[in-house]
Amino acid sequence: MRKVVRGFYSVAYAVKLCKPNIICAYPITPQTEIVENLALMYANGELENCKYITAESEFAAASILVGASAAGARTFTATCSQGLILMSEVLFNAAGMRLPIVIVNTNRALSAPLSIWNDLQDSMALRDAGIIQVYVENNQEAHDMVPQAYKIAEDKRVRLPFMICMDGYKLTHAYEPVDLLDQNVVDSFLPPYSPEVYLTTKKPVAFGCYAPPHIYMEFRVAMQRAMERAKEIMEKVFAEWAEVSGRNWGGHLEVVYPDSKNFVIAMGSIVGLLRKVVEELRNEGISVGLVKLRTFRPFPVQELRKSLENAEKIIVIDRSVSFGYEGNLSIELKSALYGMSPEVISFILGLGGRDVPKDFLKELVKNAILGKEKSGFRGFKEFEEVIP
Amino acid sequence: MKIRLNIGAISEPLQSEQFKTGDWGTEWSFVDREKCTACRVCEQFCPDGCIEVKEIEGKEVAVVDHNYCKGCGVCASVCRYGAIKMELKELFKIDVR
Repeated sequence: MRKVVRGFYSVAYAVKLCKPNIICAYPITPQTEIVENLALMYANGELENCKYITAESEFAAASILVGASAAGARTFTATCSQGLILMSEVLFNAAGMRLPIVIVNTNRALSAPLSIWNDLQDSMALRDAGIIQVYVENNQEAHDMVPQAYKIAEDKRVRLPFMICMDGYKLTHAYEPVDLLDQNVVDSFLPPYSPEVYLTTKKPVAFGCYAPPHIYMEFRVAMQRAMERAKEIMEKVFAEWAEVSGRNWGGHLEVVYPDSKNFVIAMGSIVGLLRKVVEELRNEGISVGLVKLRTFRPFPVQELRKSLENAEKIIVIDRSVSFGYEGNLSIELKSALYGMSPEVISFILGLGGRDVPKDFLKELVKNAILGKEKSGFRGFKEFEEVIP
Repeated sequence: MKIRLNIGAISEPLQSEQFKTGDWGTEWSFVDREKCTACRVCEQFCPDGCIEVKEIEGKEVAVVDHNYCKGCGVCASVCRYGAIKMELKELFKIDVR
């Protein structure tokens, strides 16, 4: 059913089709309308075998989901920014307890200064939590990722939380045509969640128990192995999804013009703009391709090395920064390409919702290819630091 | 031989019994059976549940399980009869010059 809907609805509708048992959230811009839509569906009786719980904070929301997921429920929440980092203590626990909670993070900048606008700093802060992270380009991809997220997260060989990262405002508030899935398509693709062990009075267990030095490390090794297995399982699920839905989003990466000399790499909605930039530059006779990175954790090292083996220059578009170092994607990419010798130039732009116009981006990429640009922040006003 | 690892650190009931914590602290508590009235206050307050009132030689007294006592001293501070004393473990009775 093709409809023009906002990003919020495309996510909420997909969540409904996945038949969650517990939805628990705390409102935060620009996420709120996702759970508002779900609350409406719940109030209208469209969500069977489901409880919608309002929490007093994101910390509480995540905690409720840890309990619910451990009790065998399929769980959902959406958050971003301050909400995500308030959840962070709980989410590290959820990963350690190997609970397949699905989170939609509507990427938003972090305080201070307070900003409700878009960049990727929030999800980057949770890079090392043991949560699978996938970045989507548009609202159809966000919609399609929800059933896939449950299938991957709930796989016995994986059992890790799954975070779908979609750009706040740029996607959440945007109206786009979205082919809304049919219930029978989702039902045929996603089996009900039935873990072997869960919290029940009939066979009491405790989750995430105390592990002294003689046994703690093994649990972390197990998480790493689960992430590595997830890499393969995700490829399979992505392929299965392409067959079931007729929409192929590619694997961990999508590579456009793979035979190019130069490449631009980015994640999230800015990829849409870069497609146009790449087309225009190619029309000017510049050999440039595009790598859309979909999966950020587990990081697809081999896939990147293979796709970029003949690249001479790689331009990284980052929308987050690790203060004291550089853009997060750039750090990860250089590490993945260790031993290879392409030139890597990274730009950090669009922080806190700063607009990135197409022509600006095109000039930047073009000049970088022509050797006229160095790595760093772009698209900000030069300033003098003063203490008022 | 490979160990068996419960994914998600999932544990069944009473597993903690196998986990002896008695060597954690520097002190542990001893009950003076003459002074003890078996009032059960220490039993209630012990955060590790390792004090139990038992009948010994015809008298009900508090008994500390040194397999689990972490030496927190709560029992000694709540005892109204001065019957519980914390004692430094032999291991820690060393001269530091």
